[in-house]
Amino acid sequence: MAALAEPALAPMAPRPFRVVSRRRETGDTWTLELEPEPGAGAPLGPQPGQFTMLYAFGIGEVPISVSRVDATRLVHTVRAVGPVTEAICGLRPGSVLGVRGPYGNAWPVAQAAGRDVVIVAGGIGLAPLRPALLHVLEHRAEYGKVTLLYGGRTPADLLYRRELDELAARSDLHVNVTVDTADATWRGDVGVVPKLIERADFDPASAVAFVVGPEIMMHFSAEALLARGVGGDRIQLSMERNMRCGLGHCGHCQLGPTLICRDGPVYSWAALQPLVAVREL
Amino acid sequence: MPDVETSVIEPGALDALVDGLRERGYRVLGPTVRDGAIVYDDLASATALPIGWTDRQEPGRYRLERREDEARFGYAVGPHSWKQFLFPPRVRLWKATRRDDGAFEVEDEAAAPERFAFLGVRACELHAIDIQDRVFLGGRFVERDYAARREDAFIVAANCFEPGGTCFCVSMGTGPKADAGYDLALTEILDGEHRLLLEVGSERGVEIARGLPLRPAMPEDLRAAEAAVAGAAERMGRELDTLDLPGLLARTLEHERWDDVATRCLTCGNCTMVCPTCFCTTVEDTTDLTGTEAERVRTWDTCYSVDHSYIHGGAVRPTGRSRYRQWLTHKFGTWHDQFGTSGCVGCGRCITWCPVGIDVTEELAALRDGEEAVP
Amino acid sequence: MKTIEKLISDAAVFDGLSEDRLRLIAGCAGNVHFDEDAVLARHGEPADVFYVVRDGSVALETFVPARGAVTIETIGAGEVIGWSWLFPPYAWHFDVRALSTVRATAFDGACLRGKCDDDPALGYELMSRFARVIIERLQWTRVRLLDVYGYGGTR
Repeated sequence: MAALAEPALAPMAPRPFRVVSRRRETGDTWTLELEPEPGAGAPLGPQPGQFTMLYAFGIGEVPISVSRVDATRLVHTVRAVGPVTEAICGLRPGSVLGVRGPYGNAWPVAQAAGRDVVIVAGGIGLAPLRPALLHVLEHRAEYGKVTLLYGGRTPADLLYRRELDELAARSDLHVNVTVDTADATWRGDVGVVPKLIERADFDPASAVAFVVGPEIMMHFSAEALLARGVGGDRIQLSMERNMRCGLGHCGHCQLGPTLICRDGPVYSWAALQPLVAVREL
Repeated sequence: MPDVETSVIEPGALDALVDGLRERGYRVLGPTVRDGAIVYDDLASATALPIGWTDRQEPGRYRLERREDEARFGYAVGPHSWKQFLFPPRVRLWKATRRDDGAFEVEDEAAAPERFAFLGVRACELHAIDIQDRVFLGGRFVERDYAARREDAFIVAANCFEPGGTCFCVSMGTGPKADAGYDLALTEILDGEHRLLLEVGSERGVEIARGLPLRPAMPEDLRAAEAAVAGAAERMGRELDTLDLPGLLARTLEHERWDDVATRCLTCGNCTMVCPTCFCTTVEDTTDLTGTEAERVRTWDTCYSVDHSYIHGGAVRPTGRSRYRQWLTHKFGTWHDQFGTSGCVGCGRCITWCPVGIDVTEELAALRDGEEAVP
Repeated sequence: MKTIEKLISDAAVFDGLSEDRLRLIAGCAGNVHFDEDAVLARHGEPADVFYVVRDGSVALETFVPARGAVTIETIGAGEVIGWSWLFPPYAWHFDVRALSTVRATAFDGACLRGKCDDDPALGYELMSRFARVIIERLQWTRVRLLDVYGYGGTR
């Protein structure tokens, strides 16, 4: 597993990666594709669901999920919400940033084999789910019905628009996109994502759902899935908390008994529900 | 097994011990009186030990008092723990220089070249070091700075015969006798002739012991040492029922006691600073004025800060109530899930150094009583 | 009429009603079809009809000056549009427009209100089902009010 071996650098030292492409997704979100600098070691080889710590030189570091798994490039979709992410989003092709990782566990795509797959994404949550969706589509015959339910604030806030149109045109996948607010030029749904779960076409008795979005949206989505009969052990979510190291040493990403950088970020709702039910845990 | 039998030394031989360690290139650190407390600092010689001093500890109170004898180790523990040397409050992790083409080179900070010798390590502290070993060395990633400092550290344990007012190592199963994890262990005997029992725990310990003026331990020495430690076990300042603490804490997350302690806790974080096992850190990424030189520094952090749980524009734990609960439930409960042991060694520092005197044994007992009271 | 009964028995809002009741309701129903962009209703117009969409989707809209038509919610297959027929002044609150070709069942509100007056037990059955629809819509609307995708911080 050459991808896991840190080339003689301490685990807290970032490896320089160069931005090879930069695409604006929405008003505040960009997708960057990165390649390791010479001497920075092999491409990372992350699994769907994992994250890296991205370092903007001299400014700081943030945990960002991998948004596409690629043989040679590291792909991240970043929303500019603070000084570090703003700096990262401002990097032009040719700029260099630091990378540590990949860290965390992966979406249990193998576990979903032979079953219907429901992918429920809210906002930037589609980014960490995209590698799982693409994996399922690359191994399409191994899965049952595949559904993507995706919601954003407005049509302008939707990620991967062109890719979504291509996906929607496929006959082996059902795509339903909704927004909170739209003007009349929007021909898609208007309403919240959890509402789409009620009418989605999947077998609740065996389907596996992967859900990512703002925590409250994940909560309502999980409840809508439970109401349809999907067991809590087959609902998988990706959690976020403050992270300073990604190594299990800094103590920040604790959620009760679990360390999100080490035991997560992917958890089943069955495991997560009792923890998120306690306010301010 | 070491060929040096359990021996006895006179208090004066501690000078030879310190000298012997220094000659071998160790930086000798141990207890000394400074600023009204017994702290851990560099020891130039054994005369710097807190000879004839003891401590009086209560919730929110610490005072030194003169003893009537010349005991070298006649106190419990002070505000310092050994984590400040193995896991310093501020460590530069690396420096980086940006090149003209935008790339940067990271220069790893060399791991500390010095070798520590800790003189006077309590049994509870040995357990604390073991607990931090699990955090920093026992996972998928090894904390390199800690590993380097820890590897060569020479440990001279000092068994307790004078427990503190806030000690509860017996309840936690971490003392007062040091069982393992030391190179040498001393048990000071004041009954009759003032002497110290010396036990060896490693080959390195044997080597150092051979340079000391020893005499073989007699049965009465062994009995006296045992009695001294047993006496300490009987005079614990505090007690704690540890039965299924993780379960108890998981069940009482909304107990009204948390509201009660929240009216007292200042969220100052003193407890996390003095606790020998607390390990939270944060990183500071900075750059110089030209923007070409950057560095990352790791510093101690505390879960009591609002910033600790900051995410998406707010803190997950904005109230003192939830932050106190996080600390206590982690220390005695979820630490087991995360690292396989309790996070507490019963040293009592958090009780002594809390400015408002919050006592963890009292808080936990209240949670347990409250639970049993529910029909 | 039999075809209508079958069609309305599939609608979630009429789930669990007896065959007799379904027949009663079917007496007030008829098939309708709308082209894409057809306007089903306008704000302020008399609301004497409600629809259950069978195929296609429909937008609830309102016109906001200087902003244009804003979609409030979209309604799809199996869902109900229109509950203004339940209470005076029986007028549509919003505009309703077909986003695709739409096949729906249209219900005469006045006719149904009459039947409910005659048979209060039927009235209770319909009211509780519509209450459920309204509550669910309200709950999801409240979730939307949380504006979960907006960054809740200093920006």
